[in-house]
Amino acid sequence: MISWTGPNLSFWLITLMVVVSAAYAAFARSILKAAFALFFTLFGMAGYYVLLGSDFIAVTQVIIYVGGILVLLMFGVLLTNKTFPTVGSRSWKAHALVLVPAMLLLVLLGTVIFSAGWQKRAVLTEPQSSLEPLGHFLLGKYALALEIAGVTLLLCLVGAAYLVRRTEK
Amino acid sequence: MEQPLTSLFSAKPIGLEGYLLVAAVLFVLGLTACMSRKNAVGVLIGIELILNAAVLNFMAFWRFAGAPLEGEAALAGPLMAIFIIVLAACEAAVALAILLNLYFNFGSVEVDYASQMKE
Repeated sequence: MISWTGPNLSFWLITLMVVVSAAYAAFARSILKAAFALFFTLFGMAGYYVLLGSDFIAVTQVIIYVGGILVLLMFGVLLTNKTFPTVGSRSWKAHALVLVPAMLLLVLLGTVIFSAGWQKRAVLTEPQSSLEPLGHFLLGKYALALEIAGVTLLLCLVGAAYLVRRTEK
Repeated sequence: MEQPLTSLFSAKPIGLEGYLLVAAVLFVLGLTACMSRKNAVGVLIGIELILNAAVLNFMAFWRFAGAPLEGEAALAGPLMAIFIIVLAACEAAVALAILLNLYFNFGSVEVDYASQMKE
């Protein structure tokens, strides 16, 4: 019996949005439209994190992915496309060469997911705000990891700025 | 304990399998984009899809699988998600820089031109 309503309604709505927009992002002819489609995918992912009971990750997803990475991607598109004609796609044969193994992989993954017999938690606790414990962990036990991530981010951004400088030739 | 496919469509709230399946679909779409796109930005979009699938997997397992998490493992999922998102930001910045260099050097961001790493 298929139940589209009740507790699963939001899941199905988000899934519809995510899968359709992700497929569009993966296959759209125009790279700009693909980048816009990715916007909906990333928003949908934030919805999943809300459903999974982690408010902070949902907000982080919107701020960093939608507000940061996607804007970077848009800049990448706008800076590197003089015009917006459709970008040439690979040949039909090359597409088949990719799509067939991809479908096989999806079938394989699906089989594994539904036959693995995961050890599941018997009782799901109500999700609580993870903000305060996260702060304690990130500045306590995981402070070193946080610092390394921060330094990595700094190095990457400085390195990126160094890479794109215009050199006199 | 075998979990039938029909569990996705029962009246119960969606459990682990639903999220894993969505993550698998995202992963495969991202992989397809990575392999079939000519434009380097398209490849980057595929990588973002794959990273998102990975985060979704971590979060789903954190929420549904295993024994109740306590102590320092209680937030394992969100912590992994944070670090993945940070590294994804790094990767996007560096990728954009490389991409702009490609554009300066070759006048296009089609990855086929970059197969030799120099003009």
